[in-house]
Amino acid sequence: MTTPSPTLALPRPRWRQPSVLPGFGLGLSLTLGWLTLIVLIPLSAIFLKTAGMGWAEFVRVGFSPRALTAYRLSFGTAAMAALVNAFFGLLVAWVLVRYAFVGKRVVAALVDLPFALPTAVAGIALTSLYVPNGWVGRWLTPLGIKVAFTPLGITVALVFIGLPFVVRSVEPVLADLGHEVEEAAATLGASRWETFARVILPAIGPALLTGFALAFARGVGEYGSVIFISGNMPGRTEIAPLLIVTRLEEFDYAGATAIAAVMMVTSFGVLLGINLLQAAARRREG
Amino acid sequence: MSAPVSAPTATTEGPLARFVLISLALIFLLLFLFLPLLAVFAQALRAGWGSYAAAVSSPDALSAIKLTLLVAAIAVPLNTVFGVAASWVIAKFHFPGKAALTTLIDLPFSVSPVVSGLIFVLLFGAEGVFGPWLRAHDLKIIFAVPGIVLATVFITFPFVARELIPLMEEQGNQDEEAALSLGASGWQCFRHVTLPNIRWGLLYGVLLCNARAMGEFGAVSVVSGHIRGETNTMPLHVEILYNEYDFVGAFAVASLLAGLALVTLVVKTLLEWRFDLHGTGARS
Repeated sequence: MTTPSPTLALPRPRWRQPSVLPGFGLGLSLTLGWLTLIVLIPLSAIFLKTAGMGWAEFVRVGFSPRALTAYRLSFGTAAMAALVNAFFGLLVAWVLVRYAFVGKRVVAALVDLPFALPTAVAGIALTSLYVPNGWVGRWLTPLGIKVAFTPLGITVALVFIGLPFVVRSVEPVLADLGHEVEEAAATLGASRWETFARVILPAIGPALLTGFALAFARGVGEYGSVIFISGNMPGRTEIAPLLIVTRLEEFDYAGATAIAAVMMVTSFGVLLGINLLQAAARRREG
Repeated sequence: MSAPVSAPTATTEGPLARFVLISLALIFLLLFLFLPLLAVFAQALRAGWGSYAAAVSSPDALSAIKLTLLVAAIAVPLNTVFGVAASWVIAKFHFPGKAALTTLIDLPFSVSPVVSGLIFVLLFGAEGVFGPWLRAHDLKIIFAVPGIVLATVFITFPFVARELIPLMEEQGNQDEEAALSLGASGWQCFRHVTLPNIRWGLLYGVLLCNARAMGEFGAVSVVSGHIRGETNTMPLHVEILYNEYDFVGAFAVASLLAGLALVTLVVKTLLEWRFDLHGTGARS
């Protein structure tokens, strides 16, 4: 007559490890249902539309000269910005983890600004700084450096957007890195620079690569912060996401979808490649 | 006078190197993060408080603010419920396919905002999969508020789960197991044990989700149709004013969004400071 514990009486699915906690079925159905409805079904629309297009048509609109120029610009500026961020992001993470200085808390909080600031706000703010009579632009113009409405401006916007990805990837790894290995290196006669290049850098390498990849992937798809500073000239400063919007405004859904598919496949390819690279590196280290 | 941090040892840099590195990092952050933030407020107030107040309280601005609040009020609670359910399943149970599920939840992070808008146009637009059916029933999703809500829900989908999964994994199952063995029901256990454990992480996840929901531009811009007073959110209103060369107006509305971002950052910093949100203690 007594029921000892409801969890014991329940038959459990065999494919998961047993647990006394309730709510697995409810939680999983809720998760899968919402995921399917909001993410999986909508995303599959891209591939349905692409598949319905036919290969020749897909190549014609997805790899048109204008689209190719846009890809080159998007991937090129994103790679450039991710490189800048890999360097300065590492520097910022290093300074935040290793050194004490006045205002460090404010600086640490400010690093997340690009995550919290809406991209359109960042876009108009950066543009106002880098136009020829802006706060920064007026110092660069006499030097013959044009930033706003050039690929350099796009890179500046993507540096802003991507910085926290690198800092937040590297920071925890750098903080966990024990001093013992550095002491050992110093004992063996390594200079500080040698210790950094041959002991610290290899240890934080995977995290740095992750940060680079995240910043790059984000940069390729970025729209809001770029369109204000880029000037949007077809063939010169027209990024791939903007070309998608242009095609949509022309009611050319096939063209928009083909470009979106190329971008998604390339981005996933880059992320997958970097994941595989890291898995291989982990295996090598054992 | 010799503080232990500044004493040169074999495993730290000399004072000069330290000074150079700190200066370089600060100059970079000043140029790329602080100046843009400052520029928003400086440009917004360039013509004085009078024009600022006028720009922020114009009918179009007010209707944009109202729509942004409405969209966030729908998207954030939905994704909070989902985020808690997903992290409960992923953090508390072991089952095959867990890694794949986590990757799928992260998917919206790696999709361009523009593509996130495009997928809903392909589904619900005039020529979309459900287009004819929607037209037959006189329903409008694209170029209307439902489309904006859908795109925002998609974009903000992973935020709460992302924040909670590592936190709940770290906390383990012991507390819940103890509560259940003492006779708590599943709901009591969640309400009185799990929820208090995760509340600060949950608050931060909700805050980030909200910041993105209110600030999303690319995805919303594709599905909204930019109808003034009807389907304009705050970021879209900023764009319209800016393209009309109403810079004071654009930056005034932008400054409200920048203020929201600052509040988000301050709360995050306070939470990390007091509760060591991620248990790393790296920034104390």
